[in-house]
Amino acid sequence: MRDVASILPLSVEAVSFLVDGRRLIDGLSFAMPAGGLTVLLGPNGAGKSLTLRLCHGLLTPGEGRIHWAAGAEGRAKRHAMVFQKPIMLRRSVEANIAHALAAAGIAGPERRERSQAALARFGLSDRSEQAARLLSGGEQQRLAIARAWALRPELLFLDEPTSQLDPAATRQIEELLASLVAEGITVLMSTHDLGQARRLASRVLFLHRGNLIEDTAADAFFAGPQTPEARAFLAGELIW
Amino acid sequence: MEFAAIFKAAFALVVGLDPGFLAIVGLSLRVTLTAVLIAAMIGLPLGAALALARFPGRPIVIVCLNALMGLPPVVAGLFVFLMLSRSGPLGPFGLLFTPTAMIAAQVILVLPIVIALTRQTVEDLWSEYRDHLRSVGLEGVRAIPTLLFDGRFALATALLAGFGRASAEVGAVLIVGGNIAGYTRTMTTAITLETSKGDLPLALGLGLVLITLTLAINAIAFGASRIGARYAG
Repeated sequence: MRDVASILPLSVEAVSFLVDGRRLIDGLSFAMPAGGLTVLLGPNGAGKSLTLRLCHGLLTPGEGRIHWAAGAEGRAKRHAMVFQKPIMLRRSVEANIAHALAAAGIAGPERRERSQAALARFGLSDRSEQAARLLSGGEQQRLAIARAWALRPELLFLDEPTSQLDPAATRQIEELLASLVAEGITVLMSTHDLGQARRLASRVLFLHRGNLIEDTAADAFFAGPQTPEARAFLAGELIW
Repeated sequence: MEFAAIFKAAFALVVGLDPGFLAIVGLSLRVTLTAVLIAAMIGLPLGAALALARFPGRPIVIVCLNALMGLPPVVAGLFVFLMLSRSGPLGPFGLLFTPTAMIAAQVILVLPIVIALTRQTVEDLWSEYRDHLRSVGLEGVRAIPTLLFDGRFALATALLAGFGRASAEVGAVLIVGGNIAGYTRTMTTAITLETSKGDLPLALGLGLVLITLTLAINAIAFGASRIGARYAG
């Protein structure tokens, strides 16, 4: 069990993000309570990646605010992010995990223990000494998730984690994500793969032109979306 | 002396490990290696900082550094000479015509190479790593150790380039070292002097060592990039 208070729910309140006066994210509000896998859906340019980056703190909102449950400030970051293209350091598989743990201030013996645990958990133990950048695409993404997992996040952000992978590797990553959710990790991920969203999501946030236009349980969303944009998107029409 | 005889005498010097000959080679290596070491200690962190920092006038600094990579050695020598000469600001230390002065001049030659190549390497790595490093909380100065370590193979090549430049130059060490026999006479200054004196075997012997050194540097640089590709991807 975790010995400290949860950082969840995450609250996003009237957040806007502007670039050169263009509102790429416009008045976004939602909350992320603990549990489940929430999928950000929407056409290209809807603001899915921006939303994840804003939540994770890689970008600062121009307006509005993003905050975690009371008491989360000043403590070690309890949310992690996995990117579309795995960012692999030029080191061994194990050193990639150890580096992230070191950055989080975790000392030597515990760092090694947790790296080993992460390698074992994600089936990478026999690859621990290999150069991370020489792994296959699917293995790299698995390592990226293992690296994030080792940080023991409560909330994991993933930005289209399977968009560059073949179907088999995609399946493997999906199974992993489902097991993380079963473990109690809350997941917020973007995808443009509708099948994947159907398979994984417990909740859907549908973004369109920087606006959150639907926020519903996944079953309800796929059974009957409320907005014409979402209906068109599900029907496979090109919407902008 | 007959052409073939010159080669023979030169080989005899190299193979026979003549003490005077070895002293010259030893001094050259000591001066250049020390200069590269100092330039690395200053240039690696400074180049990395320059890669990450954003400030007004940054492009001008980068252009100047790139231009300094081509600084003529005699000009670097002249600058150090002016600094260290009796009436110069550092004159009281009495360093002119010492190995220390030669090291200083070579640091000035090597430093721009190290800073400029480090800046380029680290900037490229940062653009690739930025999202992940910021995600795990490494930004600014805290990101520098990771970037320098992950750029290690490219940076080794930068240091070797600096070593190549310093070990081959003659102008700077001649001006500030004075080519004093047994004290500040390096391979390059000795070749200059012996050639004009007519002691061709010594000049040629030293030339052979210099060429071998250059070859070795390039082999190591090539090896570094291959090892980098093999082990770091």
